[in-house]
Amino acid sequence: MKHVLESVESQFEMFQVLNEDGEIVNKDDMPDLSDEELKELMRRMVYTRILDQRSIALNRQGRLGFYAPTAGQEASQLGSQFALEQDDFLLPGYRDVPQLIWQGLPLYQAFLFSKGHFHGNQMPEDVHALSPQIIIGAQYVQTAGVALGMKLRGKKTVAVTYTGDGGTSQGDFYEGINFAGAYGAPAIFFVQNNYFAISVPVEKQSSTKTLAQKSVAAGIEGIQVDGMDVLAVYAVTKHARERAINGDGPMLIETLTYRYGPHTMSGDDPTRYRTDELNDEWEKKDPIVRFRTFLEDKGIWSEEEENKVVEDAKEDIKKAIKEADNYPKQKVTDLIGNMYEELPVNLQEQMEEYKEKESK
Amino acid sequence: MAQMTMIKAITNALQTELKNDENVLVFGEDVGQNGGVFRATEGLQDEFGEDRVFDTPLGESGIGGLSIGLGLQGFRPVMEIQFFGFVFETMDSINGQMARMRYRSGEAHNSPVTIRAPFGGGVHTPELHADSLEGLIAQQPGMKVVIPSTPYDAKGLLLSAIRDNDPVLFLEHMKLYRSFRGEVPEEEYTIDLGKADVKREGKDVTIVAYGAMVHSALKAADELEKNDIDAEVIDLRTVSPIDIETIIESVEKTNHVVVVQEAQRQAGVAANVVAEIQERAILHLEAPVLRVTAPDTVFAFSDAEEIWLPNEKDIIEKVNTVINY
Repeated sequence: MKHVLESVESQFEMFQVLNEDGEIVNKDDMPDLSDEELKELMRRMVYTRILDQRSIALNRQGRLGFYAPTAGQEASQLGSQFALEQDDFLLPGYRDVPQLIWQGLPLYQAFLFSKGHFHGNQMPEDVHALSPQIIIGAQYVQTAGVALGMKLRGKKTVAVTYTGDGGTSQGDFYEGINFAGAYGAPAIFFVQNNYFAISVPVEKQSSTKTLAQKSVAAGIEGIQVDGMDVLAVYAVTKHARERAINGDGPMLIETLTYRYGPHTMSGDDPTRYRTDELNDEWEKKDPIVRFRTFLEDKGIWSEEEENKVVEDAKEDIKKAIKEADNYPKQKVTDLIGNMYEELPVNLQEQMEEYKEKESK
Repeated sequence: MAQMTMIKAITNALQTELKNDENVLVFGEDVGQNGGVFRATEGLQDEFGEDRVFDTPLGESGIGGLSIGLGLQGFRPVMEIQFFGFVFETMDSINGQMARMRYRSGEAHNSPVTIRAPFGGGVHTPELHADSLEGLIAQQPGMKVVIPSTPYDAKGLLLSAIRDNDPVLFLEHMKLYRSFRGEVPEEEYTIDLGKADVKREGKDVTIVAYGAMVHSALKAADELEKNDIDAEVIDLRTVSPIDIETIIESVEKTNHVVVVQEAQRQAGVAANVVAEIQERAILHLEAPVLRVTAPDTVFAFSDAEEIWLPNEKDIIEKVNTVINY
């Protein structure tokens, strides 16, 4: 029966628009974006790379809490977010803060999320999203519910979620895509395959040749995309969104990407499980470098323009971290207050106790 | 007033709220055409359609996640876990996710989910079908856990649970589903969550119980009366949060307490009640507070089930111990 598996695998060849040299290799699927939109995509990727560098530094200074580095994954994260509409609902994983920021979460709140302050979880009214999920697969089953809710409401929106390669080993991954498939719900499931679930390489994660082919078991569409190619990720997401709102059901999108940094800033040392050769190989595929080449060849991007983005980002980050530092600290009484809509007796008593403690 | 079994009262409550609020959705495994394995949802799909009452794929974690997601879209999901022993499959959705939604969204969202599940022993179910796991969820801040003991309470509490904006676990003791009938008004009424009920007044000893054990406690009280011991029986009805005021008021009157639960001794609810009593009313006690529970083993689902489960004789014995201390 080996041929059955081979025939399934052969359907999941990586989709690409822009190659490593910044050349369009797939003209037919080149997304219809204006020069301004193309530049906006570049601006967002450069800005997010700087944000990542600064966040790592701030974390080392003890000014941030939990942080999962994003450098290397910009095309996958921002190419997909760029294809969404404001009313779509985002259920991100713990590394997916950039999508929230570009969907409208103020930077200082992203920093507060990192510090564990609940104001960092308070999305502005027009940002339909949950704060980043820490459990690997929980957002997948919740996405099936949000998407079914949209379908029942007759909305023309989608629910979008992200996990990593390791996340596909979770039971919730399968239950999420299976439920959404069974209901024909408008969901887009991203697997950002960055090759390592902390230290375990994807080939030890599963014997499947691609992760996209896991869609077959749930009876939904699946595709593997070059996750370092922002145009490919954008094009595929746009397509997934259109088919979902047209009632054609959910889609599973595997983006092949790489995180340059550690899993998180909480003590992970990637030199224990990755070689310099592998890192070099992936840096050659860098999403920003290839997109810059493409834009420069088109004559719509310059070093000067890029430097301006870098400077703007640094300025914004400086202001935002100051704002986060100065934001009133979270109190235990805040936590007590948000456990239930109305305080039960045990928490009423504890509220009094901590009010007194905090007043001293 | 109609006479109903508990299962009928539950169906009646679901029907009432499906009619009242178009955001209420009832779903789970086999709840549609089949009407649920215990028939709690019988006829509801025919009446309200497949968009409101529907079967899910067989996956409890999926059902839990679905509920959270539907709640985020403004629905009031009433999910069924077919047997409570299957709850482990969806513990993350319940204890890890629903319970912290208000924190995770900075109070922008809640999880107005009602989780219904049959539980409890004495009906000879297979392994992992009858377990009393309420303690697991009662120990989770952010969750409410409700366990009715009568058809009347079942309807009023279920209506409150569905209307509550916080997640509520609503546990239905399988032995009580059809074992007796009680008066249940056809019209709607609610019973406040978090409020215990004095099911029998007495002055000598307080017996705190919930679920099927309320009936064992009432039987024990009738027996005790023959020996001139006047027992007060408190039905917790909500095991998280606990109505400690009602309990303390009773303890101050009777000065003797026995706490009864069907679950294993280390499983939580009774231990919490005892701790609260000793912190708040130790000077009113004339004897230690004793517990009647199952032993700390796996649920004895076959031959040993009857002896494993606590019964009225165990309660009488403990009451005599505290009275004669």
